Amino acid sequence: MIDVVVLFFLFGLAAGLLRSELKLPVALYESLSVFLLVAIGLKGGQGLASQPLAPLLPQLLAVVVLGVVLTLIAFLILQYAGRFSRADASSMAAHYGSVSVATFAVGVNWLTTRDIPFESQLTIFLAVMEIPAILVGIVLMRGLGKQTRWGALAHEALLGKGVTLLLGGMLIGWAAGPDGLAPIKPLFFDLFKGVLALFLLEMGLIVSHQVDELKKRGLFILSFAILMPLLSAVLGLGCGILLGLSLGGVTLLATLAASASYIAVPATMRLAIPEANPVISLAAVLGVTFPFNILIGIPLYHRLASYFIGVAG
Amino acid sequence: MSLNTQARTLLTVITEAAIEQVLVRDLDRLGVRGYTISDARGRGSHGVREGAWTKSANIRIEMIFPRAVAEVTLLHLQDTYFANYAMVAFLQDVEVLRSDKFL
Repeated sequence: MIDVVVLFFLFGLAAGLLRSELKLPVALYESLSVFLLVAIGLKGGQGLASQPLAPLLPQLLAVVVLGVVLTLIAFLILQYAGRFSRADASSMAAHYGSVSVATFAVGVNWLTTRDIPFESQLTIFLAVMEIPAILVGIVLMRGLGKQTRWGALAHEALLGKGVTLLLGGMLIGWAAGPDGLAPIKPLFFDLFKGVLALFLLEMGLIVSHQVDELKKRGLFILSFAILMPLLSAVLGLGCGILLGLSLGGVTLLATLAASASYIAVPATMRLAIPEANPVISLAAVLGVTFPFNILIGIPLYHRLASYFIGVAG
Repeated sequence: MSLNTQARTLLTVITEAAIEQVLVRDLDRLGVRGYTISDARGRGSHGVREGAWTKSANIRIEMIFPRAVAEVTLLHLQDTYFANYAMVAFLQDVEVLRSDKFL
């Protein structure tokens, strides 16, 4: 059975494709994304309050390496197989090496709907994995030269809206613990699915606007936007199994690896690599990869994770 | 009764919301003392910029100053942003009161 939140996405997509007048106010979309980021942060932080944090450090290192490797692989494919310019290849590789909060939220929803538990540190992975790809993308384009304004870019990457809200939510969740969070639980935890459903309605509309652009771009973009997340998911799976995560954790790390950024990375890349065409990356990420991941990817990654954990165990 | 107006130049810039912050820093550095920024929607060579979400949002910046300052600012915009960003910028002659506000 397809998840009800995904039905909202399909609804938005259909309305957009039929050129309906439907349009959510910009402020609502922004508010919904703030809600989701805080809710995910709180939930992760609350879980972390009940476990020691030191053992997480090597895991964080591993997911940073994963993010770097994914970006490099995407870059090589785009530059050599896709014959992209260096600018376009670096920028798009950064999108695919980074992660998408919306995809993560759908993954969390998929797992909780089926009562499959996952580790709380996945939320930290989400925050941490957003960043390395951005830095690698810039280095691929500019080298380690002095002309890059590293201070400004680091500020943009580390204190962007997404990472700030996630980390803030996590800190509050960690400091307050389950008891402290009880008064705000009805808003942030109980309403999570409803908010996610509305958010995905808007995502469906946004995705529908990418279709015209995609038609112009041809087969390579389409194949890349499906094959790259599959490859990334397999590497994410491997990483999750090596880290000894549970089935839910491995599934979610594979989902994170497969997801591609469409908010933080495009904004940073627009400033850091202005020569790159932002339209190509967004068409691939939003038009293909995001819908692929939430419709087909997440259930598939779960099946693969079940299979490989069975084999490894 | 006649108004005692002075000639100034209005520079209007329509561009991507993504670069608002860097642009504002540039304006400060160039010594621009005042500007007005508003959200904008429209269509051009970069397609429909509907402003439905930040990635396709536009802004319009308006500044009034003496011709010489306007030209310096416009030249800077041309050198820095025209090549890679969606940007339309144009000058207009305007008449203002309280010309000491627009230096």
